[in-house]
Amino acid sequence: MSSNTDFEPKIIAFVCNWCTYAGADLTGTSRLKYATNVKIVRFPCTGRIDFLLLLKSFAQGADGVIVSGCHPNDCHYTSGNFHARRRWIAFRSVLDLMGVDIRRIQYSWVSAAEGSKWADLVNNTVADIRALGPYAEYQKVADYLEKEGYNEEA
Amino acid sequence: MKIGFYPGCSLTGSSREYNESVVAVAKALDIELIEINDWNCCGATAAHAMNEELSLSLPARIMAMAEKQGLTEVVVPCAACYNRLKVTQHELEDDTKRSRVIDILKMPYQGSSRIINVLQLLEMYGAENIKAKITRPFAHKVACYYGCLLVRPHSILKFDRVEDPQSMDTMIKMVGGTTLDWAFKTECCGAGFSVSRTDLVAKLSGNILKDAADRGAEALIVACPMCQSNLDMRRGAINKTLETPSDIPVIYITQAIGLALGLSAQELGLKRHFVTVEL
Amino acid sequence: MSKIGVFICHCGENISATVDVERVAREIGGMEGVAHAIDYKYMCSDPGQTFIKEAVKKYGLDGVVVGACSPRMHEPTFRRACAEAGLNPYLCEMANLREHCSWVHEKSEETTEKAIDLVKMLVEKVKKNKPLDSIKVPVTKKALVIGGGIAGIQASLDIANTGHKVILVERDPSIGGHMSQLSETFPTLDCSQCILTPRMVEVAQHPNIKLYTYAELESLEGFIGNFKAKIRLKAKSVNYSTCTGCGACIQKCPVKKIPSEFNAGLGTRTAIYVPFPQAVPNKPVIDRVNCNYYKRGACKICEKTCQVGSIEWDKEDEIITEEVGAVVLATGFDVKGTDFFPEYGYGQYKDVLTGLQFERLASASGPTFGEIRRPSDGAVPKKIVFIACAGSRDPAKGIPYCSKICCMYTAKHAMLYQHKVHDGESTVFYMDIRAGGKNYEEFVRRAIEEDTVNYVRGRVARVYEKNGKLIVKGVDTLLGGEQVEIEADMVVLATAGVANCGSEQLAQKLHVSYDPYHFFAEAHPKLKPVETNTAGIYLAGACQAPKDIPETVGMASGAAVKVAALFSNDELVREPVVAVVNRLAPPLYSTCVGCFMCETACPYNAIEHEEIKGRDGSLIRNSARVNQGLCQGCGTCVAFCRSKSIDIQGYTNEQVYAEVMSLLND
Repeated sequence: MSSNTDFEPKIIAFVCNWCTYAGADLTGTSRLKYATNVKIVRFPCTGRIDFLLLLKSFAQGADGVIVSGCHPNDCHYTSGNFHARRRWIAFRSVLDLMGVDIRRIQYSWVSAAEGSKWADLVNNTVADIRALGPYAEYQKVADYLEKEGYNEEA
Repeated sequence: MKIGFYPGCSLTGSSREYNESVVAVAKALDIELIEINDWNCCGATAAHAMNEELSLSLPARIMAMAEKQGLTEVVVPCAACYNRLKVTQHELEDDTKRSRVIDILKMPYQGSSRIINVLQLLEMYGAENIKAKITRPFAHKVACYYGCLLVRPHSILKFDRVEDPQSMDTMIKMVGGTTLDWAFKTECCGAGFSVSRTDLVAKLSGNILKDAADRGAEALIVACPMCQSNLDMRRGAINKTLETPSDIPVIYITQAIGLALGLSAQELGLKRHFVTVEL
Repeated sequence: MSKIGVFICHCGENISATVDVERVAREIGGMEGVAHAIDYKYMCSDPGQTFIKEAVKKYGLDGVVVGACSPRMHEPTFRRACAEAGLNPYLCEMANLREHCSWVHEKSEETTEKAIDLVKMLVEKVKKNKPLDSIKVPVTKKALVIGGGIAGIQASLDIANTGHKVILVERDPSIGGHMSQLSETFPTLDCSQCILTPRMVEVAQHPNIKLYTYAELESLEGFIGNFKAKIRLKAKSVNYSTCTGCGACIQKCPVKKIPSEFNAGLGTRTAIYVPFPQAVPNKPVIDRVNCNYYKRGACKICEKTCQVGSIEWDKEDEIITEEVGAVVLATGFDVKGTDFFPEYGYGQYKDVLTGLQFERLASASGPTFGEIRRPSDGAVPKKIVFIACAGSRDPAKGIPYCSKICCMYTAKHAMLYQHKVHDGESTVFYMDIRAGGKNYEEFVRRAIEEDTVNYVRGRVARVYEKNGKLIVKGVDTLLGGEQVEIEADMVVLATAGVANCGSEQLAQKLHVSYDPYHFFAEAHPKLKPVETNTAGIYLAGACQAPKDIPETVGMASGAAVKVAALFSNDELVREPVVAVVNRLAPPLYSTCVGCFMCETACPYNAIEHEEIKGRDGSLIRNSARVNQGLCQGCGTCVAFCRSKSIDIQGYTNEQVYAEVMSLLND
């Protein structure tokens, strides 16, 4: 695993509105600094996050993905994060079997009070993905599928 | 049962009796101590105040040598050495520091050996054995004195309660003794000044002895060569600071256990103390 | 093609200091479908909002993106502005350029580029937004107040006095909380009981307040305006409708040595007990853990003593359900015990007390009837040491925050001691004296100057017992770091105020956030201090953070006003972030095939079965339908749906995919 210092990874974070989005707001209010590579997409709950979105992200050129929500038991909607966790456990093994590099998916809990944890999560993920390099393999497959007409419109 | 053994300088010099008692007790409990080959100074007292790289490289070399010998566990009786080795291990979890030290040592270092003190050794490998082998219960009322290096900093050593440690007390109770509930268990004996300001050492060690004496201790039990030498060797100077001179002996935990196991005063080095031991 | 308006805010310099806002506006202005893009110093100000309104009309905008602070802060502001200009408010979205960009990155090209990306995402999202109508729901005009200390009492009375019903739930057998335990209160030295007990009685007698003591919240379901609370009424073993509160049973109870909670462990109580003489209600409960009958099956002396036959041995816990529209959390705080302090003896010295225990010693209703006496031998202490910041402001102890009340009550304790023991000597070890508050600093000065309390600035390293004295070893940092050793007769630790036990579990039941110390989290640290992140649940008092009585009372009244404002409406407007199952023209009707996976996903039982019938009334198929009153909009069903037939308004698949695609499509 060679670290590539010139490479700026593109990372998308799918977060819930109540814990991690608020936690990232707290990171801002606390003026903690982190890498610019991560862009947040806001969801009501991690339970809403469809894992096809993750694959779509990779197909569109993302090098890494973060999924983060409330800690177990703290879900604003009682159990959405448990569904997300269960989905992640099942999905991870399927993805692994299919040959998707699951090291590029970072699953985490960040509460509304954990501003510094969010900064650490972003920085660590950026460092990890930078070390892994661009996710060209997946994009190649996605491009091939699209050219051959396997995309959703077909 | 084979355990790595790092004696350090004190155990070969001023506290030979500690070495003798550790070896004798280990033998009595069927624990085979394997001394680390070509071990060096741990750098306590001077290095960590003067030069960080040196202070990390010295203990790292000791641990690297142990790893080379395949020792997964190393017992370090001297509290100062124990502290230095543990702190170094902790510091070298940092990648940058570790690569720098490996660069200096020119030998591999994993940080994989588990560093334990004598109390942990006895707890883990001796407790049942000791109980079974007591021939002469250690029926004395004693004050267990832990000092600073054995328990601090707690965040790194993670050994015992930091303000009111209990492991020696438990051990003494196990061999039939009673222990004092006293306030000076972890107070400073002044070891940091043992060369430059012996007057302060006498005063600080005096406070410790006085409280133990006032509460009726027959002996002080220690697990640190510095504590022992301050409280024992400097007794003359200490007694000058006290209203009532004290003749309480200061013995190592291994000596107390050894006595309970029926070992002789000779084997345990009890004749080497400045303050006569009659227990 | 869309006509989107984009408005980039400088937020003074908060955004523009690190983000090139002009460049953001310029580049976004060139995007397909963007009709208008500007930047302005304060978008949320009146002129800023006017820019938006005018642009909506002038350019006929069909979507608005405001690049400013967090939508958690100003989304309602900008949506309202759009609505005023005639644009459906749900066609307005915010890009978070402050909390998620300018505040967390240094000034650089990358920061500006990230800002552009963030706005771009939202522009693509807005293109897919659909006009939505708010959902109206009815309001149950009854409030639930949890916790019967001064915060809960004040909030209950204030809500009840606006004419609305209140249910007050208290865990202990009596209301009153910590305030009832205090002797006198700073800075006036009012007797705490004298100012509190009339309010306790008022609560009990108020026609609009229903009081449940010895009760706890079991669960809370629902949402703002429409909560359903299950309350566990713990078995009191005494029938309150017949009990006269004569107290004969208490006199005769043979189990007398139970440490009294009210006296912070310094006094004792019986197994059948009223916590303190002024308790409300003033009727006993049986402590089943300590009662001889429940322990060994024999005794029943209280039953023989009771002339009205009120003892109910077989009474079981009862669970009742109440429908309420709002909840006020007023569960208060707790203090660390002396056993938390190894350096001060792990709680083994009887004469080392907590501040709360000292309150009981100083209180006329306390175990010594207000005389300061040592718990060990009953002697009057001639030398007393107070240690401030015991635990507080000590990251090594896990409590980095200031407990806020200790400086003041320690000054009060020293003062009370000097008033009661004239030849006594008191010393206070402190880090800093924090006496912010009306007449607070003057109060501390009085303790030092008039009552000659010896204030030493420094920490205490150790307290130990020797010959019946407590040796306090500390340092005086104002006198060149001199070591100080005091032989004291009593030591009082101003132990840290911590979250009440069980607060984490309660927060989880209510789905409100809490901080790392388990205090409940307010919705905004400055502008929404009494709201939680869960609409309809409010905070009062020290359950949010340590605070003194005036602040607690003020906060409780604040929470009460929030509740009253909520109850002033007959209907509530809710955000239309709810799930919907698609409906299509016949012969398809819907892509939903009726597998009802969504039903297993839904935590709110909001999925209903709908029979789709043909004109002749014959069943065509079963399909899912969302009850919009119950749906809270988590969207878990969307991820579960295999045929992509259910979607969530405001976060539809179309919208979120558009966001993702915009980010990476270059």
